Amino acid sequence: MREIRNAARVKFCAISENEAFARVVTAGFLMKMNVTAEELADLKTMVSEAVTNAIVHGYRGRDGAKCIVTLELKYYSDGLLQVTVADRGCGIPDVEAAMTPFFTTDKEGERSGMGLPIMQAFSDSLRIATSPRGTRVVMKKKLS
Amino acid sequence: MKHHMEEEKGVLTVHITGDVDHHSAAQLRQSIDARLTESDTVHTLRLALGETDFMDSSGLGLILGRLRLARERGVRLVLAQPTPAIRKILRLAGVEKDIETEGEAV
Repeated sequence: MREIRNAARVKFCAISENEAFARVVTAGFLMKMNVTAEELADLKTMVSEAVTNAIVHGYRGRDGAKCIVTLELKYYSDGLLQVTVADRGCGIPDVEAAMTPFFTTDKEGERSGMGLPIMQAFSDSLRIATSPRGTRVVMKKKLS
Repeated sequence: MKHHMEEEKGVLTVHITGDVDHHSAAQLRQSIDARLTESDTVHTLRLALGETDFMDSSGLGLILGRLRLARERGVRLVLAQPTPAIRKILRLAGVEKDIETEGEAV
């Protein structure tokens, strides 16, 4: 039976400085686990992409200092790591389009349009729940 | 993220240290573009990535944007010592073969 071995939840302002903060939290959470360098790099990338999306797209046009992003990490007894990134922003109008490589609604910002495809490729599973009241991205990855 | 640039015999090398994410990419982009558009002597833009600890899709956007700009200006783009993580993102985006690289990060 799968049991929680460790969990952490942090809330932070939706400002771009906190993209690095979210990666540091993730690396710290994984510090005592024997993750490979590649797994660590993948997980930091997944978190960075999800948090950046919340800041850039979810809270677009809003004062990020007054908006909150939640990062939750759960590590289970069978080696599964679950990463959840949630915001209370405007939601993703078309998830299918957003999953398409190189699709972006922010061409002026020189976004690559590879955020969601990278999150999908680096995780074992990706689930997105989105509405005009916010987005919740849940990514799972089995650690070696 | 910190960066510094040096030009030698038409090769503009940009040494990038630390993390390239959405937060840091804008400043780096402005700095490279300003130098590239000011100069008539640069024939090669070399992004030195051996000490780049992290890069996500924002960094990929930066590389692809500089590739476009370099091509428009007849400048060659080279990625020097890309880390395995950077190579993985380039491969995933299907652009690894479009971008010239030299060396591997240790």
